[in-house]
Amino acid sequence: MTKTPVQFRLNGSDKAVFVDGGENLLNVLRRGVGDMSAKYGCGQGTCGVCTVLIDGEPQLACLTLAETCAGRSVETALGLSDGPNLHPLQNAFMDHFAAQCGFCTSGMLMAAKALLDRNPSPTREDVAEAISGNICRCTGYEPIINAILDAASKRGGQASGG
Amino acid sequence: MLEFRKEFFKDERDDNLNEVGQPRQRQDMLGHVTGRTRYFDDHAFEGLLHLKVLRSPHSHARLRSIDTAAAERAPGVKRVIRAADVPVNKNTLLSLINFGKDDEPLLAVDKVRYKGEPILAVVAESEAAAYDALAKVRVEYDPLPAVFDVEEALKPGAPVVNETYPANTFEYHEKYNHQKLRFGDVERAFAQADFVVEERYQMSPIEHAPTETNGSIAAPETNDRFVVHSSTQALFFSLGTAAKLLDVPSNRLHYIGGTVGGGFGGKVDSLTEPLSILGAMLTGRPVRYVLNREEEMLYGCPRGAERHYIKDGVMRDGRIVARKVTSYFDAGAYTRLSSYGAVKCAAHIPGPYTIPNVCADVYCVYTNRTPATAMRGFGITGVDFSLEVQMDKLAHKVGMDPMEFRILNAYRDGDMKAHRREAHNCALIECVQVAAEKANWPISDTYRRMNSLTGGGGERAVIPATATDENGRIGGGRPATGTTSRPPAPPPRVPLPAAAQPRAPQPQPAMSQPRVAPPPPAPPPPAAQPVKPAATPQHGATRFSSVFGTRRR
Amino acid sequence: MALQVKSFGSMSEAAAALASDRTARFMSGGTLLMRAINEGDTSISMLVRSTDAAYRQIRSESARIEIGAGARMVDILANRDLAFLHPAARIVGGPAVRAMATVGGNLFAAAPYGDLATALLALDAIVTVQGAYGSAQQIPIEQLLQSRDRATGLVTSVTVPRPASPDAFRFRKVSRVKPKGVSVLSIAAHLPLAGGRLSNARIAYGAMAPTPIRARAVERALEGRSLDAAGIAPGLAAATEGTSPATDALATAWYRREVLPVHLRRLLLGETG
Repeated sequence: MTKTPVQFRLNGSDKAVFVDGGENLLNVLRRGVGDMSAKYGCGQGTCGVCTVLIDGEPQLACLTLAETCAGRSVETALGLSDGPNLHPLQNAFMDHFAAQCGFCTSGMLMAAKALLDRNPSPTREDVAEAISGNICRCTGYEPIINAILDAASKRGGQASGG
Repeated sequence: MLEFRKEFFKDERDDNLNEVGQPRQRQDMLGHVTGRTRYFDDHAFEGLLHLKVLRSPHSHARLRSIDTAAAERAPGVKRVIRAADVPVNKNTLLSLINFGKDDEPLLAVDKVRYKGEPILAVVAESEAAAYDALAKVRVEYDPLPAVFDVEEALKPGAPVVNETYPANTFEYHEKYNHQKLRFGDVERAFAQADFVVEERYQMSPIEHAPTETNGSIAAPETNDRFVVHSSTQALFFSLGTAAKLLDVPSNRLHYIGGTVGGGFGGKVDSLTEPLSILGAMLTGRPVRYVLNREEEMLYGCPRGAERHYIKDGVMRDGRIVARKVTSYFDAGAYTRLSSYGAVKCAAHIPGPYTIPNVCADVYCVYTNRTPATAMRGFGITGVDFSLEVQMDKLAHKVGMDPMEFRILNAYRDGDMKAHRREAHNCALIECVQVAAEKANWPISDTYRRMNSLTGGGGERAVIPATATDENGRIGGGRPATGTTSRPPAPPPRVPLPAAAQPRAPQPQPAMSQPRVAPPPPAPPPPAAQPVKPAATPQHGATRFSSVFGTRRR
Repeated sequence: MALQVKSFGSMSEAAAALASDRTARFMSGGTLLMRAINEGDTSISMLVRSTDAAYRQIRSESARIEIGAGARMVDILANRDLAFLHPAARIVGGPAVRAMATVGGNLFAAAPYGDLATALLALDAIVTVQGAYGSAQQIPIEQLLQSRDRATGLVTSVTVPRPASPDAFRFRKVSRVKPKGVSVLSIAAHLPLAGGRLSNARIAYGAMAPTPIRARAVERALEGRSLDAAGIAPGLAAATEGTSPATDALATAWYRREVLPVHLRRLLLGETG
């Protein structure tokens, strides 16, 4: 079985892995590199717990052919904090009790980051839209939406009314 | 964000608690937001193998033949695990507390009883290799008639789902095929009631759909032990179940868990650990068994469907004088926790209300559906929903406001409950009053002045003469469906002689004692014959025997 | 995994590789194919990809726009010229799926997926198909959709004419979960008006048949009619003709047929809700 070398950047560091034909990025992150933050929830693209950023765009690692990441920049929840300092989104999730079992949290944070990096002043509807691909079975979503709006306002963008 | 209504019951309480009642951050929150919380699958193992299960496509069928030759030769396959490889291939989850008979194989032997039942397992170098090998297994089935409805399953001639319980009902203490609750005489009360309201409530199985599917990784460890990372909500349940099925002392199993990606009750059945451990034992390597999403949704145990028939007699003035409930729990093909769910249901009838005549029959029934399990208050949420909808219907019938109707019928401290326990620490009235206030729902002054501490006890503390019956005796044939058959003619309504009267618990002195939790309600004490001592050695602990009535008080 | 992955610089090389192996599949965005692989589909032995930049480009001309089959939903949403397709592109999956799913892939998405293909069908799109040999062919999208299970060759682009006016093209997706959710059904309509009367209207349905289909009986009934309650009545009466919806986890065939005329009416009259 031939393996293909793939080099990419993960949370700012260079990574090199050998992947099997057809192997998805989620498997490469978890088993190849050891970044366990992205999770397996469905393998179908419905639940969003494997959401990562690739070149700044939200993508589903379980549906991403690993070798398409060659030369690209991948971001996961492990790369959110700045050394010991949490990202405003992480602080906001803690303040608003926006996690219970925590399984959806990594994906939620990445979807939220993709939103705020592009739109620093989202409306409530914008936030709901941004996490519409991420399922949470515990919180009922409201604490998560509140946390994201709070993080937006603390970063200097105005959380717009709505 | 939390509001405390401390004006209620303030005489019974010291307000000297520093942690309870204060908002505190979760101890795992930092791990969650930094992506560092470790779930079972977040552990690396060199040489990890992957286990996938062949599942029955039929709801009910004999297994005529199984041919795994091609699968065993398939690339990447390390081992095929068959029923014969399982040291103790029959169990029931609650054997851990000596409740119920072993009825479920880990891998099917000669018959499959629900669609999705595991037949064998393939352990391979990758999930893809395991799927490929599964596709090469040849199984010949002889489909059998199947039953999917609880009342159909109880009819004479219905297919026998689970031979351990040939009448398709769980057997409680080898005495009755249902939980019985009898208090007073409902038939006489119905005859005297101004209105009788009879309804049927039905709920479907409900899938927990956690974002993390069920799974475990088992690996050989030092000291001839196996370390097991599991998604289980019930570490000791899972450890005990695996120890029994695999016939190993429990100290050879090192379970690590505690972080569950959403349980809700769906991760207590030990769906994956026994096979992943067995796989590790047979291959000498770490083995991972995770349900994929389709397996989780279709074959991961759901909350069992329930059906409740509720018949109430109510007076024009709003008092409920009789409540008769017949409940059917759809356990699916195997018992698991449904037997206990039915006990809990019986414990919740007739709801938090003082009703002088109560009769309930609660059945745990087998059908050819996915075995049911716990989910969020299992055993009680279905019956409570049904009871509360019924309360609204009754209120409408007598023309009363539904909040006031509940306050009128609510139990108060000192009342005798149908389970022959005196009610203590009642608070329904206060809850309804606060809920009405929050909802801006006006209730009259009369009802706003009522409270749980006043009006209970006295005549309401008496255990009435009770009509009993022997319906559903084990060995007495199948029960009637729909409603229970009529009990024998009731005795006259006079107090029984003191010697024969069941001992009524002494009413507690009002209000001067600190509040303590009432003892859990138990089914009525068994009739006069002694409990048959168990013939076989017990597997599990006896400390829950008071809950299940196996110990005389 | 015994799966092979082959990437090619040009579309014709990719098409040749596809043609050479019956168990090869072309991977565009991967949202459907990777799912099949994750779920253990043993019928796929090779994935073929193209790294040709033209595959993802969107080229505007005066009367029409050529959309590379590798263009993703987010690429459509970023393109102002394609504003008329935004309502359809916007409700495909969630944000991450939209950053991956492509126009080409959507053409081959089994019902109840394929909302964008439904929109393209109502626009009389032309599909460019590159075979193993020779030059590319242009075929009407309807022909591709109806023969897609037997299709050979590689869809390289989809060309849509600009709609008659901004309001002339409408799209509606009916789903249980909003904003993201799989279709119970979807309806696309191109409604050119000449002198206040419908002329050459096109109506397409998604999830009302194994592929997106044209509602020809409705189109005929609407010809020359006014776009108001009285005018569309014969069109609504013909709403379910030619449909063969499936019963699936989302809805029964009966339900889909029941609600279709309601949603068609709302779409034609421009009602929300």
